[in-house]
Amino acid sequence: MVSDHAEQPAWSESAAPPGTPAALTPADAADAARLVSFGLQPRLQPAREREYTDLLRRYREDPPFARLADAVATGLGLVVLEVSPRAGMAVTAAEDSVFAVRMGDYSRRTAADATDRFLHGLAHLAVAAMSFPRPEDLADDGYIGRVSVNGVDAFVRQACLRLQERAEEQGENTDPASDAPGLEAAWRVWSRRSATGATKDARRPAGSTTGIIAKAVAFLTESGFLQRTGDESGGTFRTTARYQLQVRDMAGSAAMAELLELGVVPVTDGTASLLPAAQEDQELAADAGLPFHS
Amino acid sequence: MTSPARTDSAAARPAPGPAADEGLARRLRALACTAPLHDLDARKANLAGEYSGYAMAEVALAAIDLVTLNMDFDTGADHDQIVARLLPRVAAQAPGRPAAEHQRVAQWVLENLINVGSVDRGFRAVYGTFAPDGSYVRRDYDFKLVEEVPGTGGSVYLRTTDEAVNVLVGALDTDVTSAQIAAEVKLEVLISRGRLADAQLAAEQARYRTVQYAETLRRALEATRRNVRAVDWLTTVPDMIAEALDHVADRYRHENAILTNIRKARDESEEPDQKRRAAELVDIVKDCIRRHTQLQSRLLEAGPLFRAEQDRQAFAAPAARSGLDLYGQLLAPLLPLPVERASRVSDVFFARGTGLRSPHSVRIGDLVETLLTPPQEREHLGAEMPEPDLIATPDDSRFSEEQLAEAAELLDLPADAPRRLSGLLAEARRRSGGDTELPYLVALLAVHAASPAVGTAYRQGEQKLLFAVDDGTPLEDEEFGGADLIVGTALLDAAGMAADRTEAA
Repeated sequence: MVSDHAEQPAWSESAAPPGTPAALTPADAADAARLVSFGLQPRLQPAREREYTDLLRRYREDPPFARLADAVATGLGLVVLEVSPRAGMAVTAAEDSVFAVRMGDYSRRTAADATDRFLHGLAHLAVAAMSFPRPEDLADDGYIGRVSVNGVDAFVRQACLRLQERAEEQGENTDPASDAPGLEAAWRVWSRRSATGATKDARRPAGSTTGIIAKAVAFLTESGFLQRTGDESGGTFRTTARYQLQVRDMAGSAAMAELLELGVVPVTDGTASLLPAAQEDQELAADAGLPFHS
Repeated sequence: MTSPARTDSAAARPAPGPAADEGLARRLRALACTAPLHDLDARKANLAGEYSGYAMAEVALAAIDLVTLNMDFDTGADHDQIVARLLPRVAAQAPGRPAAEHQRVAQWVLENLINVGSVDRGFRAVYGTFAPDGSYVRRDYDFKLVEEVPGTGGSVYLRTTDEAVNVLVGALDTDVTSAQIAAEVKLEVLISRGRLADAQLAAEQARYRTVQYAETLRRALEATRRNVRAVDWLTTVPDMIAEALDHVADRYRHENAILTNIRKARDESEEPDQKRRAAELVDIVKDCIRRHTQLQSRLLEAGPLFRAEQDRQAFAAPAARSGLDLYGQLLAPLLPLPVERASRVSDVFFARGTGLRSPHSVRIGDLVETLLTPPQEREHLGAEMPEPDLIATPDDSRFSEEQLAEAAELLDLPADAPRRLSGLLAEARRRSGGDTELPYLVALLAVHAASPAVGTAYRQGEQKLLFAVDDGTPLEDEEFGGADLIVGTALLDAAGMAADRTEAA
């Protein structure tokens, strides 16, 4: 996509000699930083802001400027995912960056309670899985996913139910040992948490699974990853290009690597549907450490 | 706990391992499900107040019963409605106590069945089993009896869990379909022998089975809606739908036959108790039929839904590259892992998947200024309302309340003794002592009763109705002319009418 406009002197005081990069001025650095600062406002849409659109075009047409903007981002502890008119300057926080979101800041309960910590993480994963149900959806740049709070909960519960049924078929006792709560199967933690509950002020209880999912989608909306489209089914949302990039290029692959490190190798043929993959994985996952096997 | 010992070493072990232990574990879990009910009666002593007169376990079972019967396809039972329906039973247990206390008891029982205080809103029982290596392991069994599910528009509904239904019906590990057939056969036999009391029990059990069946199907259909490929649409689902449709058709035929039978029993029976029982049975069987019809319409919607979803998902142009299968490669393998290890993966996904937040930094100068600024006075009450200028409307009604009451008393005639209008007018004159208004009102009411709206009175559930008939006798009166009407009171059987109407519908 990068055009060869290196000789065009529109933004540079001195015309660059052919073949060598143009000399960049402090004004260029300011513009590059300005572009990154736009990227730090994830809900800002490039089409709405003239200056943003101009800087994005300059990034794409002017490689030295692009490298400068990348450097500014890297220096701030940001990873550039994509720079395009649809996603804007899509940056995300590197692992140790000041911009990174920490679980303890996200929800105070998670610091004390390992179960809650897992539920919050799983909610984010489930929202992503529901947003991009098929591998093609995650790969297709034009795809817009739709999720609802109740839909995500029902979907995870269904997956949990299937695991429970399978465990029952095999006559396994999935009740965890009382002195080792960490060995409880993950699906049980979700399925035994209540979906919702009546409260005095007619809001969802924060500890219920729909409450946890609602927190996740609200957070993702603030991150510019989801847009609220309605109130039905506990709140419905559609995905943005940035969310697709974030899940595809950052979260999905990193979580995958971690899973592989645990010795779980999910085998799918890449194009396959959801269910067969889930069934074939079952053997491996079970051997990988359910309490009744160890 | 005995089992045949195969070898000496096995005999020496304290217990024969997980396979033989399973039955015990199953029974322990079943036992645990009843514990919350016993617990209610044990804990009522701790409540502030005099609650020993209430049978809490009975109320709890009734609550589970009500929730199960009110569970519909899409939603569950309404919380307030369940409490309201529990009240008659609670009130009957302690008739002398105030209604507010009854309300409190019903509320308390329902909340305890949900277990509102705990974060999971469920119960946990601990039991022990022997691991394969012979060691004794204590396990946690988590279960719910009544759970809260999200409904439309953010409302919360109640559903009973499978555990609760099993405790209630007392049929652990039974096959839904076969149990249903058994119940139907039993019902038919009982009705043919005229044993309606037992028939009612069997019919109620049949209805629980029906609810359970619908619940199973609802889950399967929900999964279908979520993702076409998550469900096997080649054989499994069509088979299931065909099976369910057969089931509906079969039950429908069956229950209509039963309905005809019971109606006959009801109409022919001489004994009022038997008649009433049969009428109740008719209601139950009708409800069963209604549920079957609902199930059937859902089944018919499944096919078009599949085709629409298939159009959307399967016939789109294939993407150039294939991405990560978030469900198949990440979520599904994650769920069976122990939570400790699964947390590592979910933590990584969270850290990389939430995006960024610009950290807020506080300037001490701003902070000091903010802290030192006195709080702004808020106008809680808003602008002053202008005093409304009220004008007293003159009381221009012709008759006073006392006159109306007196006229009503005068016209409150016994059903078997109608009176002439002339006699009523004479009595009105005597009572009022010269006042001409009361006789006028009586005459007006009598004329109004000449053509009473019988249908409306029935619909409104009136017990009796004033009527007036002209038999041709002229009225001899100094003030009024016309016919000397016969005024009387007709008793209406509103309850009977209502019952007939629902049956006809």
